[in-house]
Amino acid sequence: MNWSEFFAMGGYGLYVWGSYGMAVLVLVFNILAARRRGNNVRRELQATTHLNQAETE
Amino acid sequence: MQFHKYASPKVFYVFAGQLIPWFAIATLVLLGYGLYQGLFVAPPDYQQGESVRIMFIHVPAAWMSMFVYMVMATAGAIGLIWNIRLADMAATASAPIGASFTLLALVTGSLWGKPMWGTWWAWDARLTSELLLFFLYLGFMALQAAIDDPRRASRAGALLALVGVVNIPVIHFSVQWWNTLHQPASVSAINKIGAPAIHPSMLTPLLIMAVAFTLFFAVVLLMRMRAEILHRERHTGWVAELVKP
Repeated sequence: MNWSEFFAMGGYGLYVWGSYGMAVLVLVFNILAARRRGNNVRRELQATTHLNQAETE
Repeated sequence: MQFHKYASPKVFYVFAGQLIPWFAIATLVLLGYGLYQGLFVAPPDYQQGESVRIMFIHVPAAWMSMFVYMVMATAGAIGLIWNIRLADMAATASAPIGASFTLLALVTGSLWGKPMWGTWWAWDARLTSELLLFFLYLGFMALQAAIDDPRRASRAGALLALVGVVNIPVIHFSVQWWNTLHQPASVSAINKIGAPAIHPSMLTPLLIMAVAFTLFFAVVLLMRMRAEILHRERHTGWVAELVKP
């Protein structure tokens, strides 16, 4: 089996690689979205603790 | 062992942080092995040719779409009945992950349907009930986003999730109850010689990918739960201490 045959997937290349590509997108999106959510929460928390500290000083 | 102490958001936050790297490594190893088995080792199907490789994404994604929903509904019920905050957070954290797996199942199903059935979409029982599942996830997220008080948001979300549970057996049995384009189950179906109606060369990558997706769900769930813990416990001393710059 050579590589061009492998990528052609017996004529179903578009559908097979489309599916695997979509899977990669979904997995990457999940990780990035979860990390962004964590970073946003931390940033908000740091902003409010700064405010609280400023108030008490 | 004291299991109940892990239900404390503070203890769970640290524990989850320790678990994530191990689950992530296991996910990567299984994903790599599953892709190798699915793309290089498994043979083409005698009817569907190479297009059958879509199965190794599509079927695990569809399983996950239902499994994550059950996790979400169960966590929601636990939060509703026993008022366990961590369970509420697990339900909230599950929804976007489940929605993404449902979308993956729908899109790969469409990409598989076009060459095999000659259409991207059909309004048949299996496809329609899976689309409804996607909207249940979106509805759950929209409902929770619309309610400011996290405890009320959790309660409302849990009720919606529990009502939507009826859709899960409908999805599963749709291929038996109605005439549909979608093929019936192969893994759970036992053939005349008492083996699953799918050859081990295809069953192996399918199961490996399913386990890999499950571990991946665990990784993202733990990540999202940690963010959720910080958000909902933001008025507590330990969180203030933790995020101190």
